[in-house]
Amino acid sequence: MTQTNRLNTGGRIDRSQPVTFQFNGQSYQGYRGDTLASALLANGVDVVGRSFKYSRPRGIVAAGAEEPNAVFQLGATEATQVPNVRATQQDIFDGLVAQPTSGWPNLNFDFMGTFSKVFGRMLPPGFYYKTFMFPQAAWETYEKYIRKAAGLGRSPRVKDADTYDHMNQHTDVLIVGAGPTGLAAALSAARAGARVILADEQAEMGGSLLATRDQLDGQAAADWVKATLDELAGYDHVQLLPRSTVNGYHDHNFLTIHQRRTDHLADKAPDNISRQRLHRVRAKWVLLATGAHERPLVYGNNDVPGCMVASAVSTYINQYAVAPGRRLVLMTSNDYAYRTAFDWQDAGREVVAIVDSRHDVSGRYQEEARRRGIKLLLGQGVIEARGNKRVDGAVVAQLDPTGDKVVGGGRVLDCDTIATSGGWSPALHLSCHTGSRPVWDDEVIGFVPGKTVQQQLVAGAVAGTFTLNECLKEGAQKGAEAAALAGFPSQAVKTPSTEHWPEAKPMALFCVPHKKRNSRAPKQFVDFQTDVTAAAIELATREGFESIEHVKRYTAMGFGTDQGKLGNINGMAIAAKSMNKTIPETGTTIFRPNYTPVTFGAIAGRHCRDLFDPMRYSAMHEWHVKQGAEFEDVGQWKRPWYFPKPGETMQQALDRECLATRESVGILDASTLGKIDIQGKDAREFLGRVYTNAWAKLPVGKCRYGLMCHEDGMVFDDGVTSCMGENHFVMTTTTGGAAGVLEWLEFYHQTEWPEMEVYMNTVTDHWATMTIAGPNARKLLSELTDDINLDRDSFKFMDWRQGTVAGVPARVFRISFTGELSYEINVQANYGLHVWEKLFEHGAKYNLTPYGTETMHILRAEKGFIIAGQDTDGSVHPYDLGMSWAVKEDKPYSFIGKRGMKREDCVRDYRKQLVGLKTKDPSIVLPEGAQAVDDPNHPIPVPMLGHITSSYYSANLGRSIALGVVKGGHDRMGETVYYPLTDGRVVEAEICSTIFLDPKGERQNV
Amino acid sequence: MFYIYCPYCGEHREEEEFHPKGQAHLARPENPDECTDEEWGNYLYFRDNPRGIHHEIWVHAIGCRKFFNVTRDTQTYEIKESYRMGATPEVTHANDPLS
Amino acid sequence: MQKYSGFGLLKHALTYHENWQRVWRSPKPKKKYDVIIVGGGGHGLATAYYLAKEHNITNVAVIEKGYLGGGNTARNTTIVRSNYLWDESAWLYEHAMKLWEGLSQDLNYNLMFSQRGVLNLGHTLQDMRDIHRRVNANRLNGIDSYALDAQGVQEIVPILDCSSNARYPVLGASWQPRAGVARHDAVAWGFARAADAMGVDLIQQCEVSDILIEDGATVGVKTKQHGTILGERVGCVVAGNSGVLAEMAGFKLPIESHPLQALVSEPIRPILDTVVMSNHVHGYISQSDKGDLVIGAGIDGYNGYGQRGSYPTVEHTLQAIVEMFPMFSRVRMNRQWGGIVDTCPDACPIISDTPVENLFFNCGWGTGGFKATPGSGHVFAATLAKGVAHDLAKPFSMFRFHNGALVDEHGAAGVAH
Repeated sequence: MTQTNRLNTGGRIDRSQPVTFQFNGQSYQGYRGDTLASALLANGVDVVGRSFKYSRPRGIVAAGAEEPNAVFQLGATEATQVPNVRATQQDIFDGLVAQPTSGWPNLNFDFMGTFSKVFGRMLPPGFYYKTFMFPQAAWETYEKYIRKAAGLGRSPRVKDADTYDHMNQHTDVLIVGAGPTGLAAALSAARAGARVILADEQAEMGGSLLATRDQLDGQAAADWVKATLDELAGYDHVQLLPRSTVNGYHDHNFLTIHQRRTDHLADKAPDNISRQRLHRVRAKWVLLATGAHERPLVYGNNDVPGCMVASAVSTYINQYAVAPGRRLVLMTSNDYAYRTAFDWQDAGREVVAIVDSRHDVSGRYQEEARRRGIKLLLGQGVIEARGNKRVDGAVVAQLDPTGDKVVGGGRVLDCDTIATSGGWSPALHLSCHTGSRPVWDDEVIGFVPGKTVQQQLVAGAVAGTFTLNECLKEGAQKGAEAAALAGFPSQAVKTPSTEHWPEAKPMALFCVPHKKRNSRAPKQFVDFQTDVTAAAIELATREGFESIEHVKRYTAMGFGTDQGKLGNINGMAIAAKSMNKTIPETGTTIFRPNYTPVTFGAIAGRHCRDLFDPMRYSAMHEWHVKQGAEFEDVGQWKRPWYFPKPGETMQQALDRECLATRESVGILDASTLGKIDIQGKDAREFLGRVYTNAWAKLPVGKCRYGLMCHEDGMVFDDGVTSCMGENHFVMTTTTGGAAGVLEWLEFYHQTEWPEMEVYMNTVTDHWATMTIAGPNARKLLSELTDDINLDRDSFKFMDWRQGTVAGVPARVFRISFTGELSYEINVQANYGLHVWEKLFEHGAKYNLTPYGTETMHILRAEKGFIIAGQDTDGSVHPYDLGMSWAVKEDKPYSFIGKRGMKREDCVRDYRKQLVGLKTKDPSIVLPEGAQAVDDPNHPIPVPMLGHITSSYYSANLGRSIALGVVKGGHDRMGETVYYPLTDGRVVEAEICSTIFLDPKGERQNV
Repeated sequence: MFYIYCPYCGEHREEEEFHPKGQAHLARPENPDECTDEEWGNYLYFRDNPRGIHHEIWVHAIGCRKFFNVTRDTQTYEIKESYRMGATPEVTHANDPLS
Repeated sequence: MQKYSGFGLLKHALTYHENWQRVWRSPKPKKKYDVIIVGGGGHGLATAYYLAKEHNITNVAVIEKGYLGGGNTARNTTIVRSNYLWDESAWLYEHAMKLWEGLSQDLNYNLMFSQRGVLNLGHTLQDMRDIHRRVNANRLNGIDSYALDAQGVQEIVPILDCSSNARYPVLGASWQPRAGVARHDAVAWGFARAADAMGVDLIQQCEVSDILIEDGATVGVKTKQHGTILGERVGCVVAGNSGVLAEMAGFKLPIESHPLQALVSEPIRPILDTVVMSNHVHGYISQSDKGDLVIGAGIDGYNGYGQRGSYPTVEHTLQAIVEMFPMFSRVRMNRQWGGIVDTCPDACPIISDTPVENLFFNCGWGTGGFKATPGSGHVFAATLAKGVAHDLAKPFSMFRFHNGALVDEHGAAGVAH
């Protein structure tokens, strides 16, 4: 196919570099410098999609971020699919494959389109609220069909082929938009020496200057753009970011910029280059120079392909050398849009007429139109487009002076393109992101940015300044102001100027009236992507949806991927008018991030998979991996769960590990337990306040177990703390709780007891910790140390000793979480693997057996030791756990948790209390989480007594054991409770002591 | 994302380095054991929750690990001041009621 | 009330939809009401509806400072489920669930309540213990609830990455088939329309500036736009603004107002048929009927009334989503927003009398309010009608924070949303 609409000269495309791409299964050619939209228009492609609700053929209407219709599925392979790419913002490259996102069976013959002609009238806004209600069970069936119509493009079905990254930046001035305003501002700020980031969403910087035929100081505007960019590029302190959308403006001047680094090059990013980058920028000052979006006028059938926004037509002609038609009717409510007719005519195409809604208007633009021989129809409007898949006529009628009704006429002008302009809406989206509300300005006929608490300035069209000369001047000025505010005294640069044609007052016209009422007129679209019409908005207000937010939500106006950039103001105007209110009285909707859609991957950056969350390993991790350990995630740690031998089931491995430990000796990597070093003259008193038990008399060289509660009296962590010196302790915490405990300790120290002299730091990673447990533990350890006396009477239970183990300095703690004779050996982390391997060298003869967290759990459960976070859940206090021995009530300071556990509900009877449970059938292992009941035959809801917190098969005892909470359990020893399981079984269990093995503690006392 | 001045480090840092820790200037009762359930409950759970000026504690968790106070507008999110533990705020609801 | 039906739609189509009646009136407030409900969100409107319908109290005003359903009702991610851990909350949410079933027909307004099921994923052994505990409790409470292993999860959501090379592999999930999503705006509108039809005055753009108290009892409210409006009883259902209203009445609540953020992708073709939530990697996702992926995470930790939160929360959320669904990496985020959630220390609501006589509060729903809307309104209506808490509301008195009888939902179940 040839580029029928391509002009022979002009534009910024490179005719020497043809590019071949595919759309809708067909191959087309464009040039480097084309967007997908300009290339399709060059090739005379009219229909690019079907509308969402009515399935009407749709064409390209705009040239930028506001385009609602040309939204495509891109991607040549499954792993490079991208849904909903706006053709106006996508450069073409060789091999680009685009598909329309709507239309069945195809774009040009669409079944739904035919169907909707007949039934479309049945689909007013909110129709689904009013029907599909019967029968009750059928909604999910209706929904299946409704969902089929949903969505534009589709998600890829496989993992992304590309990567993304982030860049954190600080800057003095961030300028958003590199049009005339932004460029002038950048010059001012850059020359003052401020660090400047200039970001622009387009491939090329220059904004409207790329598509204007205005000259600046007698030279082509593009020359000034080039000179300016050259100068800016020469500054080390200036960063130019084209293809980079500032998509979010967050608190305290934090902004995100979505940079598309390779989307213009190929389907997939070149190797080793991230496809997109998210800049996370903290800016001292922000200057918004985001320009404005031209508003199309709303009229009957204004969605027929060939109906376009006036400035977009000019952009296609001037920037891309594409005249998207032959015969143009221009309809406008302002002077500026006349330029589109002049551009069109100068491109060698026919201007059928300029239709101006203003009755009494004469000035430079009108003169020029007459001089050019263009027919000028004043006080008239295009009330309806004719045509199906392309405009073939415009119905023009006489309007009253306010533009409220048609007063006569109704002739059809033969044309294939209707360009309209209802004025310009400042692109103030970013200014709203931090909660600032836009303000209506009657002069501008639009909303302008409101008051803000951010360090933000606005300049140019976004501030309602529309003429080129003023934009340049204001840009230079505000750029200097921003630099100065950021600490770089500065003056506005001198800006070039262009010959300015005075403009007559524009008219506030949004919806061109039709001869029929809007409810009966041909559909007048306000929001193309969501198929919202003027009639729909009027209906919404008629039904009582009077807040603009209600209108929006009821009709879905502004909910498309363009977020209403084109239609929202028109919609608000129509709503206001139908309620006899002004636009500001109706209110505005607030824009939220993102300005334009941002790839999930770009926001996620590198932080997925292995980098999703840091992984923590002990010093012995590689050894565990080599042994074939299975791992468990505990907090951020990877802990060995169990060590299966080839062919073993999990239970077999656990049985072997448990038996080996109690029969000879086992070893656990306990490095992950939190360790906090606590020093200072008040350290001891501090411990007494944060633990429930007594610490005043713990001598140097001794260890003690402690419980920690929150102020509510509920247990949240536990561990052993050892006295290293009179003013020095090492506290251990649970693996997952370590960071929280340290912060909690610091909180109390710094906020409640700043007078205490105590210092804390984490030393978890400094130490490798290995626990050897079992009757042969002493024998084994004795082979590796000669400076620690291991005699039972000199190195007692709950003692610790400093010494040498396997030739390296070690702290050895005689503490036990298994009930066995047990030593916890701590060495500097770097020596961990060495000592571990030495232990195995010497341990082979004792069948030294590594065990993981699961065996640890079983062995401790046999002894009734709790695991905080498993046997507790934030709702049990020490008395509930039967651990009154760990609470010292008469300490002088009312320790944390003491008062909490005395509240009315905490001292009542029948609380859930931790008990042991033995199933009647010793082979049944109760599932953890099973709920106890007294009467399994009780009708639902069945009163529950409490759940199983820990449950295992104990190879040592030859039966199952369980811990659990039971209401009033401490007084129900020997009684039977029932556990109805999800598989229908009911398991009987007897309440018993939590200590299943060696209740007198003889095993460790050797 | 907030930009928070740590009065101990003497620098502005990104919010990601900090954790919010709730209402500031909340003293633990002198004699908890003499508190009624109501008094203790009030200390445990009942908080100022103003729309406007709020004094709150933050901790420079990934930094100096110091707790400090921040006066912040909960509506605009403006931070009016950061000050050390034990210091009194300069901006209060009484002297800045408009924000 | 004008009856809605497919036939009605057809009839109106013939007259170009010009004759649809207003969904609700826009009345001037009367001098005095039997009950004033402050807050025209889903919960407040449901309260008004059930007051009229179940208790025959129709001299009721709902006073809303903005527009109906414009707060968290308009901002949530529309998830409805009842698989809570503790009896007290499970009963309350299941009460709501039963009301959801059939509510469209009851209100003659299609709320698009879609019982597509909700999965709560487990990624650690402790997650799985908690899941089993909750599932067991749910079933004994008569709530449909199942524990699935990773394979079972994969069968329900084939596109979820259940492989072992995820940072936190999926080990299983709890599954509630009756859970799902509903169209959030429609819930407010449906209740509003039905309440209005029974005579309830819905007064929008009317901000309460004070709560009038005489001899320790409330007698009504003062408003910015319409002056004093008297009421025998006043019920405040204002979510994030509860603290502000309580201050007017002279007491504090155990509540902090936090930002809760959510976001949507651009609309894409149907790909996700159920709701997937993960507390551990911290994100949840469903797909709306329009095709948007609706995504959310946890609250921001600071107090905030700005209806926006901090960017890193959004970042972490999308990291979680891409971690769970690597194929969504190239899908694009369209829009984000925030609500103000009133969080209680035990992650359960307050439905309660207060230190002021005749003044009642329904608040503290935190991140989980939407799913409770009809149940909350139903029990609060009974509470307001009788002047004493409904049985299901009794455990949720604000005074539980004095005696310590909390219903701690986050400790055990880790539930959010």
